[in-house]
Amino acid sequence: MTRLAAFERHCPDSVEGVTELLDSLGDEAIVYAGGTELFLLSKFGFAEYPHVIDLKGVEELRGIERSGGRLRIGATETHRSIERHPEVRRDWPALASMERGVGNLRVRTMGTIGGNLCFADPHSDPATFLLTVDGEIEARRGDGDPRRMKLEDFIVGPYENALEDGELLTSISVGELAPDAGVAHQKFILTERPAITAACHLRIEDGSLADVRLAVGSAGVRAARAEAAEGLLNGSGISDLDRVFEEAGPLAADAAEPVEDANGSVEYKRHVVAVVCRRVVDEAISAIGQENDIRPL
Amino acid sequence: MSETTVQLSVNGTPREVVVPAEELLLDTLRERLGLTGAKRSCDVQVCGTCTVLVDSEPVSSCTFLTCDADGSEVLTIEGFSETPEFEEFRQSFIEQAALQCGFCTSGILLTLKSLRDAGELTSREDIIAGLDGNICRCTGYKSIVQAAEALIVVPGGSSRGTGTPVSNGDS
Repeated sequence: MTRLAAFERHCPDSVEGVTELLDSLGDEAIVYAGGTELFLLSKFGFAEYPHVIDLKGVEELRGIERSGGRLRIGATETHRSIERHPEVRRDWPALASMERGVGNLRVRTMGTIGGNLCFADPHSDPATFLLTVDGEIEARRGDGDPRRMKLEDFIVGPYENALEDGELLTSISVGELAPDAGVAHQKFILTERPAITAACHLRIEDGSLADVRLAVGSAGVRAARAEAAEGLLNGSGISDLDRVFEEAGPLAADAAEPVEDANGSVEYKRHVVAVVCRRVVDEAISAIGQENDIRPL
Repeated sequence: MSETTVQLSVNGTPREVVVPAEELLLDTLRERLGLTGAKRSCDVQVCGTCTVLVDSEPVSSCTFLTCDADGSEVLTIEGFSETPEFEEFRQSFIEQAALQCGFCTSGILLTLKSLRDAGELTSREDIIAGLDGNICRCTGYKSIVQAAEALIVVPGGSSRGTGTPVSNGDS
């Protein structure tokens, strides 16, 4: 049976306290909240730290609320709490639905959105989705001012984020959606983590697509906006999408930069990316103006 | 390295255990408290056989620090099986032959209980989404979904936890 290597656990109650610990313990320390990524790596011997810092007692990292015209989600909020949040379900239904598809029920109960993004696994639903809804993060060292950055600047590469020493991801935020915006997230999954993820934000003006933001992830090392495909889709009539996708599909596949791995070859993934992107655009179109049927939880 | 005193309620009984910080809840339950209903299998939060409820929410005890259960209420299949509510779950699983070897069954029953208590067991879709992370290598799932359908509580129906079957499982 698999046990974790011995460690000392620290439970600070502020970002200041976390930064002090990280400064004094250096490379011997790691932070955790849900443990859904860290403890798996620890079991396999990939991440053994003598000091483990629990972030669950840090109040500043919690909360889901509207703030400054955006939805702010504390970094240690779990996937489950986001999926269940009434305001998220009403006003950002695609976010709630995307979260409902992360991992499994137990992973969502423990796993946090901040942990998911910091771990920067290339196969991430939130990292793909947030690119289409103006996702930003806020980070802070205990002794410093908050820094805000776009999600695309935060996730630098596979398993690599832009945090500096002693700095914590404190919150994630997304923009308000226009009343006539449609947003959707889709994934193609063969094992436990998604093989292809795609998300889309769009509006329709006079029968044509507008404000298209299309993101693709999980196929390559990092999620990305498919900007060239967006350029073709913007202004295209919704009855003309079959033709437009003959070009837009391969452009989205270019943006995904697929790599060959256990999920399939580059050629196979390029094909699936185009298919999933078409589906997610269609779903975003049908999401426009849909009443969100929120049953009480 | 560092031992911690953890106070928790297990199946309604207050317990105090002194454990290393890195000890996993599954080991505490099985080896210190003699509760072997939660099983170790995949060990990576994928299969669901180690599922227990912590403060009514399902977790993989194979990857959950015992320290993180300090002050919490833990429910295992041993505790659930002694409640009146359990009889309905047992009966529906027997009627549908929704288990063979039984290794996954504890985790599935606890997952269904947590969903139902939260008002999130309202449809076949809820069952399929909720049990997505519980692997069964015997049944092929059909009988499990059918058994769970008998446990569905429709919104606005009777009070939570008492059960209003909307299907006899033949659907």
